Amino acid sequence: MTETQELEQLVKREYKYGFTTDIEQEIIPPGLDEDVVRMISAKKNEPEFMLDWRLSAFRHWQTMTEPEWAHVHYPKIDYQALSYYAAPKSQEELDADAPESLDDVDPKLLETYEKLGIPLHERAVLAGVKGANVAVDAVFDSVSVTTTFKDKLAEAGVIFCSFSEAVENHPELIKQYLGTVVPKGDNYFAALNSAVFSDGSFVYVPKGVKCPMELSTYFRINAKNTGQFERTLIIAEEGASVSYLEGCTAPQRDENQLHAAVVELVALDDAEIKYSTVQNWYPGDEEGKGGIFNFVTKRGDARGDRSKITWTQVEAGSAITWKYPSCILRGDDSVGEFYSVAVGNNYQQIDSGTKMIHLGKRTRSTIVSKGISAGQAENAYRGLVHIGKTASHARNFTQCDSLLIGDQCGAHTFPYVEAKNSTAQVEHEATTSKVSDDQMFYLRSRGLSEEDAMNMVVSGFCKDVFNELPMEFAVEAQALLAVSLEGSVG
Amino acid sequence: MALLEIKNLHAEIEGQEILKGINLTVNAGEVHAIMGPNGSGKSTLCHVLGGRDGYEVTKGTITFDGHDLLEMETEERAIAGMLLGFQHPVEIPGVKNIYLLKEALNAKREAQGLDEVDTFTFMKQVRELVASMDMDDAFLHRGVNAGFSGGEKKRNEILQMLLLEPKLALLDETDSGLDIDALKVVSEGINRMRGAERGIILVTHYQRLLNYVEPDFVHVLYKGKIIKSGDKSLAHRLEAEGYQEILEEAS
Repeated sequence: MTETQELEQLVKREYKYGFTTDIEQEIIPPGLDEDVVRMISAKKNEPEFMLDWRLSAFRHWQTMTEPEWAHVHYPKIDYQALSYYAAPKSQEELDADAPESLDDVDPKLLETYEKLGIPLHERAVLAGVKGANVAVDAVFDSVSVTTTFKDKLAEAGVIFCSFSEAVENHPELIKQYLGTVVPKGDNYFAALNSAVFSDGSFVYVPKGVKCPMELSTYFRINAKNTGQFERTLIIAEEGASVSYLEGCTAPQRDENQLHAAVVELVALDDAEIKYSTVQNWYPGDEEGKGGIFNFVTKRGDARGDRSKITWTQVEAGSAITWKYPSCILRGDDSVGEFYSVAVGNNYQQIDSGTKMIHLGKRTRSTIVSKGISAGQAENAYRGLVHIGKTASHARNFTQCDSLLIGDQCGAHTFPYVEAKNSTAQVEHEATTSKVSDDQMFYLRSRGLSEEDAMNMVVSGFCKDVFNELPMEFAVEAQALLAVSLEGSVG
Repeated sequence: MALLEIKNLHAEIEGQEILKGINLTVNAGEVHAIMGPNGSGKSTLCHVLGGRDGYEVTKGTITFDGHDLLEMETEERAIAGMLLGFQHPVEIPGVKNIYLLKEALNAKREAQGLDEVDTFTFMKQVRELVASMDMDDAFLHRGVNAGFSGGEKKRNEILQMLLLEPKLALLDETDSGLDIDALKVVSEGINRMRGAERGIILVTHYQRLLNYVEPDFVHVLYKGKIIKSGDKSLAHRLEAEGYQEILEEAS
């Protein structure tokens, strides 16, 4: 067997997180109309303004058509066949009893987190061990299950809670910021999310506060035939800073499941938001059956002068990824960064990248995108760098590298640049390389197994992005990459 | 028992026979030089011994330290104590040199049932070796062979050998592309590895490396066969008379 054939074999892997948790769930019947939107809003005891917002989003969504420009192919989604709300039944009890004591959490749920291999420090948090330095919000299907460390964060003035709680306890902040970065009619999937989103995370860091710990949300789709529509809103006031990480997994199912999330970030003057994602939704099996459709809108508004927004993502899962975490660089001297590793194996399809919209003076953006394709995967980088008329002396640097494993996969790059100000400086570098037989032979002749050799080459390729991840998650990301490419040699 | 025993080895690549019946025995404690003109099969022999895919052994046997070498994967050969020093070490961007050294050492230790090397001991050992190869510590934190000069790449190969302490070192044209200072450093590294438990095979084009590392045996490889073997004086003859004379004499 040639090494190329062996590399192709390396591509075979199994999804580690493909279990379901057998707990009682409350699911509303499939279908979508205004009544469903009203029902979701009622279940969350939402104030009038939220219901109105949802309904107007829903009405708008009905006038829209699903986008078809992305380099991905999938059968038409029947939106009436999906259920738009699923919650573990013990939710009300949980809400009633604040999460200091995890005894009230269904032990099966805790078991789930264990099986998920949630990193040790987070599991420690969930097990109630003191001194762990990450606050976790876990979203199971549609509902936030538990938010840890609320008290410690409150001392610093930081609000970190589920979106539902924020609507209940901080409606003025929701009113002020919701939909200001991603308007409810922004795009097809964002509009759908705005109508039916069930929960998500909310973070508010007041003026001058450096959030004392990493914040983390863990998303898990469990129920059958449901869509997951969570919504995250992060606000950093003047001089505030926060680092936030989300992780995601889903059970192994034959049918496709839809995940359409919206994330909005707002950074005021001198504020800094770092948003990291480790995405590992179920990618489908070796034949491309099943898997999550990950259609996500993420956008940060660097609204204030000298503000900074950094997106770092490791995208390893999902059957289809459609996602462009973007930055609107509105404030003068604001900075936007996008560091991405997207790995596709088997029949995964990825169309991902970023948009950097330069509006303020001397705004700077950096894009580092690393795409890895194996098996029959198709991996496209799509990026827009827009320099507006007002953005004098704006600068962008884009580096876009593709790594191919085997010869059945594809890598594509669609970079768009629009410069409307002649003082702009825009640089674009792109490379495509293969994991070579020479590299594999060299490393194996030093005693490394084929898989270790492959992982070493791949992690070297991703180094620039891993360096941007919070330390404790960099190790996790590396491990995830290894799992994703498991079986792709030997 | 011989450390390495090659018997009647025939090998081909893409249907073309390159090695046409090689016999070679290397005992622990010996240094062998294999010389030959371009296209004689030197690199093919190295790749076959290293277990590279794409080379098909059609006849013959290779025994290494009691194992049937041809049944072993490349990494198993490495772990069993064979080290192939590359003529053209490949670049692995983004992977720090120090990381590869540590992973390689740990792969070997794991096979021996030992724990992973502790960082302190490892760093101390590596720094000493780096200094002995007349290299700078900064080199450890650069990507493996990435942007290295030819000389640096070859020093790196010897550094790996010194760290991994193989039973058999098979060095493919380690002297090519070296200036005289680097040649001395590399030769000193090889000489330090000479020992009663270790075999060394130097595959080279030229005699000049052999001025610094004196072989016990010299073999002339031509058209896929060893046509003549002798002691170090054979290398001197090659240098003085060229291959032609010896080829004619052998035929």
